[in-house]
Amino acid sequence: MQPDTSYNYRVVRQFAVMTVVWGVVGMLVGVIIAAQLIWPDLGFNTPWLSYGRLRPLHTNAVIFAFGGCALFATSLYAVQRTCYARLFAGGLAEFAFWGWQAVIVLAAITLPLGYTSGKEYAELEWPIDILITLVWVSYAIVFFGTIARRKTPHIYVANWFFGAFILTVAILHLVNSAALPVSFWKSYSAYAGVQDAMVQWWYGHNAVGFFLTAGFLGMMYYFIPKQAERPIYSYRLSVVHFWALIFTYMWAGPHHLHYTALPDWTQSLGMVFSLILLAPSWGGMINGVMTLSGAWHKLRTDPILKFLIVSLSFYGMSTFEGPMMSIKTVNALSHYTDWTIGHVHSGALGWVGLVSMGSIYFLIPRLFNRPGMYSIRLITLHFWLATVGIVLYIAAMWIAGVMQGLMWRAVGSDGTLTYTFVESVKATYPFYVIRLAGGILYLAGMLIMAWNVFKTIAAGTPAVAPIPLPAHA
Amino acid sequence: MEILFLLVPLSVVLVFLTGAVFWFALASGQFDDLEGPGYRILDDSDLPAGIDVDQVPPPEGH
Repeated sequence: MQPDTSYNYRVVRQFAVMTVVWGVVGMLVGVIIAAQLIWPDLGFNTPWLSYGRLRPLHTNAVIFAFGGCALFATSLYAVQRTCYARLFAGGLAEFAFWGWQAVIVLAAITLPLGYTSGKEYAELEWPIDILITLVWVSYAIVFFGTIARRKTPHIYVANWFFGAFILTVAILHLVNSAALPVSFWKSYSAYAGVQDAMVQWWYGHNAVGFFLTAGFLGMMYYFIPKQAERPIYSYRLSVVHFWALIFTYMWAGPHHLHYTALPDWTQSLGMVFSLILLAPSWGGMINGVMTLSGAWHKLRTDPILKFLIVSLSFYGMSTFEGPMMSIKTVNALSHYTDWTIGHVHSGALGWVGLVSMGSIYFLIPRLFNRPGMYSIRLITLHFWLATVGIVLYIAAMWIAGVMQGLMWRAVGSDGTLTYTFVESVKATYPFYVIRLAGGILYLAGMLIMAWNVFKTIAAGTPAVAPIPLPAHA
Repeated sequence: MEILFLLVPLSVVLVFLTGAVFWFALASGQFDDLEGPGYRILDDSDLPAGIDVDQVPPPEGH
């Protein structure tokens, strides 16, 4: 078959398989550090097994390795299918794959060794940052080049979300990672003090907005209609959703810095923008869920659809919770407590995790020439393990967080603190155990997925998909 | 807070760029049909060649 008459599934396959592999690794590290909070001796007095070094490894592995590979796989698949065009610059796509894997492996080596720039979600040192930039530029060329050679005049809404995610992450990465190297593995940020904090959370929250939201919304807008075999509830609303989100997202970051040295008006601005975000977020969530309007019965029998739709309900929950937590009076209670950890995980495990898993379950049979996954029952089992795991995790962290907040602010009639800090740590102990149980369930589901994917691939062959003629517009 | 002299102009530039892309997309007719594209992705049959959709066994529990 001529190369230009078939889709480039090779790079999609590579990213899809690595999504599963890094998912298992990243979640395993998460379970280990959750256990370390219960049994601190689990670090075995070894520096590179200590909580402080493994925790950034966990966040990088789940966000950029698992989530990143899922975004690469789904965006490079959806852009080809909706544009009726083979990927532009296949060689660059291949470079993006190997480059991204190299970034992940380097992260897995340098973070435990203690090399870190100290910026949350941007810990990697400058040589790796440069590699990330090269990979990202290649990704952008491949993605937008494919859009440019599309055979249909319209650009499907999922591609708009993917495109915004790619461009914005490039800008965020360049601005936030600006640093002055002093040696090969050590650099200092280009910004100092509160300036650095502001840039960091401008980056940090926009990474949540464009990496963990816009990118995965692109996934949602392609894979939910495809799996449900129904068009998105309102295409018009999806376009409004896109532009509303893009125009309003940029200034929510200061809500991470309430009651700090950041000027008050900047904090209030961050809060107001965070509250505004509730509207586009819920518009998109309702749009996705209502796609099943009139076909709710599909949820009974199709576990892949369960993954995709339940991911949206977690998206709705966390995009309600987030703006609430950004209100300064609420934040006075929630900040620095485990409530924040619960909030992040309802978004990460619930929204990002479930929508990625559902999309990968959709992709694997199509990429490996199989009529479906090896076992539908195992997908159902995975779904329930994951869902119960998430509920245990976030409920435990909610209770722990509110309790910590209340204990820290409790004062006696003479104005002294009612509790010492360590008393709040002790009171949190049982909730750490529940959180670990939830994490183990979630990891168990991921292992079942890995087995299911392995069996499906073992029975299949790499699919060669001819490019059909687009239906007449 | 000198950093705002970088971040605020950057945001303003980005918003104007976004506005320009929106205007360009609008003028080039991207949003003329706000119904059809939703249906069109469903016309694209992506199941592996040689596998008839009707032959795919229904999910268990049917």
